[in-house]
Formats: sequence, C-alpha cells, structure tokens
Amino acid sequence: MLYREAGQLSTSYAMERRTFRLRQDRVGLWLLLGFAFIAVPWLGNDYWFSAILLPLLVLSLAGLGLNLLTGYAGQLSLGSAAFMAVGAFAAYNLQLRVPGLPLLVSFALGGVIAALVAVLFGLPSLRIKGFYLLVATLAAQFVVEWVLTRFSWFTNDNASGVITSPPLLIAGLDFSSPRGRYLLTLAVVVVLFWLGKNLVRSELGRNWMAVRDMDTAASVIGIRLFKAKLLAFAISGFYLGVAGSLWAFAYLGTVEPHGFDLSRSFQVLFIIIIGGLGSVLGNVLGAAFIVLFPILLANLFGLLPGGLIDSGQLENLQKMLFGALIIAFLIKEPEGLARLWQRFRQRARIWPLRY
Amino acid sequence: MQFFFEVLIGGLLAGVMYSLVAIGFVLIYKASGVFNFAQGAMVLFAALTFVSLLERGFPFVWAFVITLASMVVLALLIEKMVLRPLVNRAPIILFMATLGLSYLIEGFAQFLWGAQVHGLELGIADEPLEIRGMLLSQFDLFAAGTAATLVIALSLLFNRTRVGLSLRAVADDPLASLAIGIRLPRIWALVWAVAGFVGLVAGLLWGARLGVQFSLSLVVLKALPVLIIGGFSSIGGAIVGGLIIGAAEKIAEIYLGPIIGSGIENWVPYVLALLFLLVRPAGLFGERAIERV
Amino acid sequence: MTHRTPLRRLLLGLALITAGLSAGAHADNEQYFPLQSYRVGPYAAGGTGFFGGFIDYLQYINAKGGVNGVKLTWSECETEYVVEKGVECYERLKGGLNGAPAAATNPLSVGIAYATLDRSTADKLPLITINHGRTDSTDGSVFPYVFPLQLNPYSEVSAIINYIGTREGGADKLKDKKIAVLYHGSPYGKETNGVLETLAKNAGFELTLLEVPHPGNEQQSQWLNIRRLKPDWVILRGWGVMNPVALKSAQKVGYPVDHIIGNIWSNSEEDVVPAGAAAKGFISITTHPSGTDFPVLQGIKQSVVDAGKGNLADPKRFGTVYYNLGVVNGILNVEAVRLAQAKYGAKPLTGEQVRWGFEHLNLDDARLQALGAKGLVQPLKLSCADHEGGGAVRFQQWDGQRWNLISDWVQADRALLRPIIEASAAQYAKEKGISPRNCSQEQ
Repeated sequence: MLYREAGQLSTSYAMERRTFRLRQDRVGLWLLLGFAFIAVPWLGNDYWFSAILLPLLVLSLAGLGLNLLTGYAGQLSLGSAAFMAVGAFAAYNLQLRVPGLPLLVSFALGGVIAALVAVLFGLPSLRIKGFYLLVATLAAQFVVEWVLTRFSWFTNDNASGVITSPPLLIAGLDFSSPRGRYLLTLAVVVVLFWLGKNLVRSELGRNWMAVRDMDTAASVIGIRLFKAKLLAFAISGFYLGVAGSLWAFAYLGTVEPHGFDLSRSFQVLFIIIIGGLGSVLGNVLGAAFIVLFPILLANLFGLLPGGLIDSGQLENLQKMLFGALIIAFLIKEPEGLARLWQRFRQRARIWPLRY
Repeated sequence: MQFFFEVLIGGLLAGVMYSLVAIGFVLIYKASGVFNFAQGAMVLFAALTFVSLLERGFPFVWAFVITLASMVVLALLIEKMVLRPLVNRAPIILFMATLGLSYLIEGFAQFLWGAQVHGLELGIADEPLEIRGMLLSQFDLFAAGTAATLVIALSLLFNRTRVGLSLRAVADDPLASLAIGIRLPRIWALVWAVAGFVGLVAGLLWGARLGVQFSLSLVVLKALPVLIIGGFSSIGGAIVGGLIIGAAEKIAEIYLGPIIGSGIENWVPYVLALLFLLVRPAGLFGERAIERV
Repeated sequence: MTHRTPLRRLLLGLALITAGLSAGAHADNEQYFPLQSYRVGPYAAGGTGFFGGFIDYLQYINAKGGVNGVKLTWSECETEYVVEKGVECYERLKGGLNGAPAAATNPLSVGIAYATLDRSTADKLPLITINHGRTDSTDGSVFPYVFPLQLNPYSEVSAIINYIGTREGGADKLKDKKIAVLYHGSPYGKETNGVLETLAKNAGFELTLLEVPHPGNEQQSQWLNIRRLKPDWVILRGWGVMNPVALKSAQKVGYPVDHIIGNIWSNSEEDVVPAGAAAKGFISITTHPSGTDFPVLQGIKQSVVDAGKGNLADPKRFGTVYYNLGVVNGILNVEAVRLAQAKYGAKPLTGEQVRWGFEHLNLDDARLQALGAKGLVQPLKLSCADHEGGGAVRFQQWDGQRWNLISDWVQADRALLRPIIEASAAQYAKEKGISPRNCSQEQ
C-alpha cells in the first residue's frame, strides 16, 4: 500500500521517460536529499563527518566509477586505485601550479586526466578480455604507483612523497571544517550520481550492457565495441579520478601514493560486489556496508567483557567474516544489497497483504 | 659479460620460484575453470601451519603430513561450500569468490597461528657456489630441482593414471565427462587438494626464502604475469613463463634501472605480459577460445 | 519472493546492537591514552611488540598508584597500519573515554601520523611519532603538537655515517669509501635520500642508492648490483619482510653481513630471526637496547607479567626491541603527563596541557636512574624549537640469539641537519598559511 502504483499513469512520453516514474520514489529522494543537505549538517558531529560519512560518500562515488566499467560494461578491473591516485595527484598539481584555478575545476580536470590514463590502459581491452584484461589493469596499478613515487615532481619534491591538501576554498567560502568538507563532498557526489543514473539509461549505457552480456553478439548487431569499451574506461576513470581527489582533499587531507595501493582497488571491487553489480544505488549501499561493518563489529565486541577477544583477533575475525560474506553474497544474492532493496520495495507495494 | 650471465641465471632461478606458485593456479584452472586468486593465501596457510607445528615440537615429516591433511580438508571444504553452490556461474563471479576466499583463509591462518614472523630452515645451506667465477645459489638450484620433480610427478599423474585421465576429460569438456559418469565434485576436490600440495611445497620454499609471514600471500602477484605469458592451462607454460619473467625482470632492473630509475621490478613483468598478450592473446601455450553467438 | 534472508536478519541485528550502545560508567580521576594499535596485517610484528610494551608500562604505573594518584586508562582500536582506519580510530578515540581526557596519540605509522597531523593541531592533542615521522616536525615552532621524539630520519642516517666514520678510523677516512644504501620503495624509504647526498658531498664518500620495490620479497638484482659494486658498507633502510630477505640475499651473493647496517626499522628480532643463520653478525642501530635487566623492566615483570596481566601473546618477546620501544614510549608519555601535572595540578589533563609537558621534557641521567631506565632511554631535552630532543643511537650486533651492544651513544650531526629541517618547515608553514610561534617568548 505504501508503494501504490495505481493511478500513476503517464500522459506524455516525457513522463514515461522520467528517471523515477513513481511519485513515492521522487518524494522519497527529495526527502533523503533534504535530510542529507539540511538535517545531517545540524545533527552530525565531527566523528560522523570525518570518520563515517566522508569515506562513505567518496567510496560510493569510486564504487559507481568501477560499476560503470565492471557492472555495466563487463570489463573487470583491478586498477581502480591507480585511477584514483592519478585524479588526486593531478588535482593537487593543478592547484599548486595553476594559480587561481577554482577548486572544483581542478577536481574535474583531475578526473579528465584520470580518464585519459584509464583509456590508455583500457586500449588492450580491444584485443583481450576477461582475466587477461585484469593484467592490463594491474599493470596500471603498479606503473602509476611507481611513477608517482619515482618522480618527486608529482609530490612537489616533498621529502616523504606525501601531498597535503590546500585550503578548501570555493568562491571565497571555506569548506575546511568537517561539516564543510561533508557538504562539499555530498554536493559533488550527488551531481555525479545524477549524471551516472542518467548515463546508464542512455544509449551508451544500453550499449555497455549489450557488450557485457555478450560482446560478439553486440558487435553483430552493430554496436562499436571499440567506442563502447573505451568510453567505459574513460568515464569510469573520470569518476574514480574525482573520487581520488575527494579522498585526498576532503577526506584525509593528505595522501601518499601508497595510499592508493592494490588493497584499495580490492576495496572498491568489494563495494560493487556487495552493493550489486550493475546498479547505481548499490554503490551507496555497498560503501555503507564496507565503512560501517568493521565499526559495528568493533563496537559489538567492545560490549563483550574486556580481554575476551583482543583487537588483533577481532581484526582477523573481521577479515574472515568479510571473506565469508563476499562468498555468501555471490552465492545467495549475486545482485547484492541493491536486490534486497528491490525486495523490500516489492513487499512495501503489497503491504499489509501478503500477495 | 660474465656478470650478465650471472644476472640471467639468477633471474631464471628466481623465475622457477614464481612458476611454483603459478602451477597451483594452472591445476585449478584446468580442471574447474576457476582463476583461483586464493592460491597465495593457500601458500601462506600451508607454510604457517607447517612452521607452527614444527615450533610446537612436531618432527618434520609429521608436520608435513598434518599440514598436507589440513590442505586436503581445506580443499574439501572449498569444494563443498564455495564451488558447488557457484556451479555454472560466470567465471568472473567465481574469480571474485576466490578473492573472498583468500580473505577468509588469510584471516583464519592468522587467527589460528598468530601474526608473528617465523623463521624456517629447511637444512639447505645457502652459501654461494662459485662455478668458473660465476655465482650460483645452492638454495635456488634446490628449488629448481624441486620444481622439476614436481612437474614430472604432475605430468605422470595427468598422463599415466586413471585419475589423470578423468582430470583431462573434465578439463576438456565437463558436461561430456559428467555424462560418462565421472564425478565432477570428486575431481574438483582432488584438484584443489593437489593444488594445496603444490601450495605447501611453494610455501616451504618461499617461507625459507622470506621467513613465514603475511607477505607470503603477496607472491600471488608475481605469479599472475607468469600465467599470462605461459597460458592459464599449461603446466609447461607456467614453467616457461616463470623463466621468462624471472630473467626479464632481473635484466630490466639491472640494465634499465640506472636509466629510468630503480625499483621497476614490480611492474616490468606486467608490462611484459601485456606486450605478450597483444601478440598472442591466449599466452604461449594457452588454448585459443572460439566464440559462438 | 518474500522469504527473509539470513543476511538481512544479520544486518538488522547489527543495527539494533549499535543503537543499543551507550556510554559506560563515568570515570573521574583518569588520564586516557587512545591507542591506534595494529596487531594484524603485514606489520603486525611491530605493532604487537610496541603496543604490548606501551600497555604493560601503563599497567605498571597503575600498579604503583598511577601518576600522582591519577590512574591511566586506554583503549585500543585496530588500524592494520591502514591510513583511513587510523583516521577513523583517531576520530573515534580523540574525545576521551568515559570522561577521561585523551593525553596524546601514538600511531607508530608514518602514514597515519601524516593524516592526523592537521587534525592533531586543530584538536590540540599531541601526536607522538617516536623514532619516525615527518622530519621537519622537529621544528616545534611550526608543528607545536607533533613530536618525533628521540630520533628523526635525518638524524638516523647521519648517526650511521658517523659510526661508519669511527669504524674506518676517523671521519676523514670516509673519503673515497663506497657506501650503498638499500631503501624501501616508499616515501619512508626515500625520505633520507636527499640528506644522504648532502652527507656524501661533505664527507667525500661515494654513495649509491638502490631501491627495493615494495614489499621487498625479491631483491636479487639489487644484491647482484651490490656484488658488482663491492661497497665498503651497505646501509639497510628496510621495513617488514624486506629485512630478512635482504640478509638472505646478501648471503646468496656472498656479501659480508657484518658490513650491513640496519636502520631503526631494521633492528628488531623479527627482522633477523626469519633470516636464520644469514643474519649472524648483522649490525643495526637502536635508540634503546633490548634486554630485561633494566630495573623498569624487572618492575614490569614483577607487577604485570608475572601477575598474568602482560599484554604479549608470546611471553618470550618480553624485552625484545619492539617491546622495549613500547616501554620507552610509555616512559616518555608518562613523564610528559607528570611534568604537566607539576604545572597544572595533579588531575586529568587536556591534550593542550600534556603538550606543555612534552615540550619541557628533560630527562637527565639522574632522572632516568630514578625511573630505572638508565641506558634504556637516552638523555633527552626538548624545547619549543626542538621536538626531537635526543638524536643519538647505539649500535648493536646480532649473534644468532640476541642483540649485543657494540658501541656507546653515537650522536647525529644535528647542527648540519638543522638548517635543512628549518627550511622544510618554513616551506610547510608557507603552504599551509601557518605563522610559526616565536620560541623565544614561550614559557
């Protein structure tokens, strides 16, 4: 009953093509956005902003970036962290070396540079696929990390190779407080998610899905694999690059090349597995899971009488649980948390009836 | 020139160590089409179990046997809990499942045995051998010998036994082999157990080289390009791939390093593998996939 | 399609549990230490030893009645040496525990220290990076809340070069010697390259820098290079698995192990034991000897370890290098609190007040004697301008079983390093828009 579709009829093609066709979805979305932009900044405290919400938002964006490539276009990649690194270091150097460049513009340009690098490493995807492609993306992972540590120009000759973010000033407003950094990140993420949601419904998004499901067939019906795959790499690289800039500037405030190592790539991959391959919403759910799960677990064990489980063992347990959950998701719910949300909607539609 | 040969031989011998890990991959890929990222975690688990048993006073042979037994149990569990429910799913999903598996095994190994660093002595002296002015490592020669023995034993298993015959049948066509009455689950469990054994051998040799610790699971990253060059489904390919990678990365580090900067060993194998792929997309010895719509 | 998955039940349960979390009992007279520890992952060996020693020392102080009656309390948060986990832990723990204010953070990780550096300054909570950290944070006028106690990376290499000088029979003998530096391919490893080049120019030795890519489990080409080069000394700036592999590879190419000198992160039992016999004769620096003979360690043994409350899972590690570093770190933290209490009163103090204590640390031999730590901790005097304080190391050699000291304190050439540090700190201040404190006006 909560989700009644009855009576919501489309009277024009424009209405038929809306992103959210149901009124409930639209109202819910606006409420959620209102909550995130207005209520959360009032209610949240520093811990929530800097330790939970910021990584959650940035990781969802990174998840979306990889999901476009892996979940929609079907190209497996383990180089996400490398593209994040390119974005972060490019944005840093643009800020440093181009005086007067607005912050948001350098984020965007950082994303563009990351996209170019992603295309470069995506070129082999035209000839190789599957696990073999993994190697190309792993090559990206190692080459980028090496280049960024090898040439100290990228880190402005900092002895330790660590970059620190400049003040977060946009149009004279200072976003450096935890609340400001949250709002800045939220705004960027919402805009990019809106774009992403529309992208996957576009012709390009449908081409990607065709390539993913069977690329030989896709090329037979006239989809140009060359263009579709490279665009997937480019757009994915752009998203990851922007996520990398946000990670370095808004979340941590500092980053070293090693901060974007292979385990970060795995983390992003796990987000989309758990959240749901080929889903936009799933990225947020997956990121929320990745960020919150360890904290919940730590708090949970904190309730146990002291010394029962020391924090090292806890971490091992957590790692085991994590691995087990990934397997469990793949077996039971390959479409991830996003699918659970769908089920919930199904139930809400007919609630309180059972059928 | 002599130095060049020293580098070359050192690289070839190091490459054999990579091949040892890669062979475990190949076995599993051949039989079940799974690209098993957890092979590194299995190496860690085997080495850690072995060395912990040794430290608790078990004699060498017993420690080996118990570890092997636990690898077999692990293989059975993996078959039952992971592979069987995921049967008929896309290879990419299976690959991700092995990622989860590697987390599970790493966590479990450290949960069980702790995270301390252990030393492992196999009783092989590593004094350098000087042959005509060239330096050879005794330990690496021993490792190469072990790898050779392993390859011969495995090819005997594959080519001369009934089990091997069914293994090859499964690798060739799982459906047809099911139809003629080969029990797929049993074959899978067996292959994973054999891969566990290979992991144990690799774990002992690598453990003696590095010390037994968490980093052992990272050797998987060196095995990937080896597989690419050799092809996923050929044991001989894994050996050849290992030799190529080992030699190439050492020569690159020593002769290219001074020009473009040192520390390039991490990515040279990958770039090399990539170049290989562009020429031969299925590796040197891999089978070319035929696509149908 | 309405069956309820077990997964969903699990999530629901977890959500309920966090909702039910509430603060525990309120503590009045306690000083809190937030511990961003790491006990799993690739660097677990260092973390368990260090935090084991730190916690045991805090327990020892509590067993003696606390600091002027103020009990010490702590809680752990696992970082796994991962930066963002460290940040999460920092944010979670910085507010204190049940009303007990936090004294200082001790992450023992360069990455985490960097990521929490700005936050520490903003939150007025001292950040202690003993024996590591950002070299230019030695300049306390720009970094008021950061303390690279005892030894920063520049001092470390300078002291090693000085020691090689004495081994060769005088600093002038360094001329035309060959020294190779094998460093970890990370910001930590590269940090000293510039300073080493300066030192090489001044002393006239020939320097070769060789990078080992992370994690360092394959070093054959580097050691073949060393074999071709035949340097007089090799300095090992390693980390984790790189150290034992370096020693094993050295043996493989026949380089004498007693001419390899390990730096501050290549000096523990965990670095040499996995290398087995190949490590016998290896030299490394240390800011604190290992061993259990010091009165303070005996005290810990009596009142903590023998009482079954020791923090180490493996009691054999009592008195090892990392453990003793934890104890040293405990001593320095507790002394800072004690000093600050002398100024602000014997009560739980804020981070800002404890910072004053750190900045005025002055441990001479008499005080160290009283603490039972003479010989374990070097004499240390901090000031507003100097947040390092010591800059001296001793050299130790591994005999296959334990480390034996083979030198007295060797001082780094701090006067030479100071201008480099100041220039770097000034650049940081400019980038960040910080106006440095005027140290001559500080009380």
